[in-house]
Amino acid sequence: MKGYFPLFLLLQTGMTGVFVALDFFLFYFFWEVMLLPMYFLIGIWGGPRREYAAIKFFLYTLVGSVMMLLVMIAFYFYSEGNTFNILTLMDQSVHIGPMTAHNFRLLCWLGLMIAFAIKVPVFPFHTWLPDAHVEAPTAISVILAGILLKMGTYGMIRFCYPIFPDITFEFAKWIAVFGMINIVYGALCAMAQKDFKRLIAYSSISHMGFCLLGMASFTNEGMNGAVLQMFNHGTITAQLFLIVGIIYDRVHHRDLEGFGGLAHIMPRYAVWTAIAFFAALGLPGLSGFISEALVFLGAFKMWPWYTAVSVSGVVLTAAYVLWTYQRVFLGKINEKYKNLPEISWRETVTLAPLALIVVILGVYPKAMLDIMNATLVGINQLFVK
Amino acid sequence: MPNLASMSFFIPELILSAVALILFIFALVSDKAGKKGEYASVIAIAGLLASAVFVLKNFNIGSPPLFWGLLVLDKPAAFFKEIFIITALIVIIFSQRSNELRAGANDSAEYYSLLVGSVLGMNLLASANNLLMIYLALEFVSLMSFILVGFARGSSRSSEAALKYVLYGAVASGVFLYGASLYYGLTGTLDIKSFLTISPSPHLTISLAGLFILAGFLYKIAAVPMHAWCPDAYEGAPTPITAFLSVAPKAAGFAVLMRVFSAAGDGFNWPLIIAVISAATMTFGNLAAIPQTNVKRLLAYSSIAHAGYLLMGVASGTPRGAEAVYFYFAAYLVMNLGAFLVVQIIANTSPPLMGGDIGEGGRESLAAYKGLGRRGASGAILGITMTIFLLSLTGIPPFVGFIGKFYIFAAVMDAKLYWLAFIGIANSVVSLYYYMRIVKTIFFDEPADAVQPAFSSRRLAAILGVLSFATIFIGLYWQWLSNIVAAVIA
Repeated sequence: MKGYFPLFLLLQTGMTGVFVALDFFLFYFFWEVMLLPMYFLIGIWGGPRREYAAIKFFLYTLVGSVMMLLVMIAFYFYSEGNTFNILTLMDQSVHIGPMTAHNFRLLCWLGLMIAFAIKVPVFPFHTWLPDAHVEAPTAISVILAGILLKMGTYGMIRFCYPIFPDITFEFAKWIAVFGMINIVYGALCAMAQKDFKRLIAYSSISHMGFCLLGMASFTNEGMNGAVLQMFNHGTITAQLFLIVGIIYDRVHHRDLEGFGGLAHIMPRYAVWTAIAFFAALGLPGLSGFISEALVFLGAFKMWPWYTAVSVSGVVLTAAYVLWTYQRVFLGKINEKYKNLPEISWRETVTLAPLALIVVILGVYPKAMLDIMNATLVGINQLFVK
Repeated sequence: MPNLASMSFFIPELILSAVALILFIFALVSDKAGKKGEYASVIAIAGLLASAVFVLKNFNIGSPPLFWGLLVLDKPAAFFKEIFIITALIVIIFSQRSNELRAGANDSAEYYSLLVGSVLGMNLLASANNLLMIYLALEFVSLMSFILVGFARGSSRSSEAALKYVLYGAVASGVFLYGASLYYGLTGTLDIKSFLTISPSPHLTISLAGLFILAGFLYKIAAVPMHAWCPDAYEGAPTPITAFLSVAPKAAGFAVLMRVFSAAGDGFNWPLIIAVISAATMTFGNLAAIPQTNVKRLLAYSSIAHAGYLLMGVASGTPRGAEAVYFYFAAYLVMNLGAFLVVQIIANTSPPLMGGDIGEGGRESLAAYKGLGRRGASGAILGITMTIFLLSLTGIPPFVGFIGKFYIFAAVMDAKLYWLAFIGIANSVVSLYYYMRIVKTIFFDEPADAVQPAFSSRRLAAILGVLSFATIFIGLYWQWLSNIVAAVIA
């Protein structure tokens, strides 16, 4: 374990850096710094196929980030005053040379978009995520789902939207389409899983689709919903991964068919799980509902058909979440696990704050919305023609 | 400038010649059996340091043509001379504690004499301004390298490597000579500047001459299609010499390539040719490195790939490109020497596998690295430093390799060679795979045996510390180096 915590802190450094950097070069720097500890954390402390998962994660992300590198260099040369400053680059008048030509801008936009899409991950770049999640230790899964994935959607809002508003607007349809695919495809995949953690990983892909759909709407509701969904996904999915980790610690497998009747054996654990599960399926009163509702509200104005299809994702989510709950917690008690110890105080302490946030934001989302609304309205102004 | 007046600017080379000769005589007359190599290395270090001081002293004197224009003393030449000298200094320290060299050619002063002689040849090559001078210097460097590659006398692998190197070298210099004679026939001079005076429109003969001359340089930098000698020679040579060959002669090749390129590249129709060669070189190097199981051979292919990256900077043909190449060489020196040092330390201390003979079989193979990171404190340190060097070679921040690559890509984008930049980034991703394979073996695999590698000498441990510190430090704070490079261009 000697190496674990230094690497964890290095990961934290990289992640914090990505979100606070206002300089493209610095952003890229932290973006890459984060890869290395993640590779080792999955590769050393992971499950049986950890080596495969670790290198897959590394290679996928690097493909995206080298494209980002080229775009970054292009910005340096084709901006007035050769700057990496993101705030300056938002001003369209500093773009010079080829950066004002439509096709070149499209190419740069695509480069950035693919880099971020791999991170989100957007279908068809998503295959690294289930592998990484399944093999990673619980704490790393939580970080991966809670924070790392948001770097992708954050990047889109930070770079693609304000720096290339014209191209973003032109291709918003495709963002919405891919959001829709993510929602429905992720949910369908989740439904087919036999492995508890893999199921959560696919549900994570599905939930990130809501962010894309909301972002594609260019309405205040949709954008707010998308960003709120990023936050909510971080709290809800983190809980789900912790829950998987708790049971895995006790029985050392994650086969959904191998449990049964756990609610009788570990009632308190069943309650915590229920909170997280219901939040994931969007039960009113919990935070997941607010963000999904906002996303649909906004997206429907712009893309009624895609939104209509996406709503089916909510039904599918309810289906696999409830079905999972049924298989694991209800039904006949599996004799093998009759004496499983109840959830410990340490595990409760990790779950309780997250659950508290989920409930608070479900009842009073204004607390979050107030913080981000002004910024998002400002970004939306770019698209009001 | 006439010969006698030139002499005062020729002091670094004079010192090196003197030291090389002194070492030969020392080898004959010394009776310090068992300590001869140690003393010789100290003399060599002193000579190289003195030479480095005089190179620096001449840094700011403009660019006087020496010896009636055979040599020119400009800033890029001075920069490259410092690169050669620093590389040689570090390699001498490697050599002092190399088991391969001790076992094969126990403590010989000639080894250090050849090393110093090789630096002398490269110094001449970096400032050569005339095709005849270039040819002589190329041959000088090659001859020294041939002997050094075969220096582990007990090892048949080393001799085989040297022979292959010689044969390829002979072909390459023949081709170069043919190109040079064509050039002479067309222009009536061997001065590379005078190409500009004849018709600028490239026709077939001129292009052919240019292509043949280029082939000679490509041999030196191990670029496709003149790369075939490289993996064998690198694998067979004693590890310190492999480290030396992967940096110094390559730098010399680039120095002369860039000099000829800037004088006559457009006339020879080189920019496009070099761009294509660059793409082919890095793609070949990276793809061929993937299946390798011998770490030295893997690093040989990786050095071919790096020649490709560097050629991207040359292909861009701008001052920015040259600047990127200079910067990259400084970065490459640190990280590549570091990687080879780890190989050497592990080969020195691993238990004898497969026959147990020095250099034959197991000790340089990937198998010897299994679970290295979990074999005691020194194993962990070796594993971590190797990881640092390999990630730097991949071009991942916060290591110096990233900054180097950033400058190269910036130069390529600036020259609007977007396709080349795209091939370059694709290659970066490919290279990650095989570099990470070593890291994976070090940290993820189960140790094959419980033997803990030990630092056989404090000296190597210290230089390992310095190199890995430099890899990180310059990666975080590179402004000073980029200022130096900018001063070289100015």
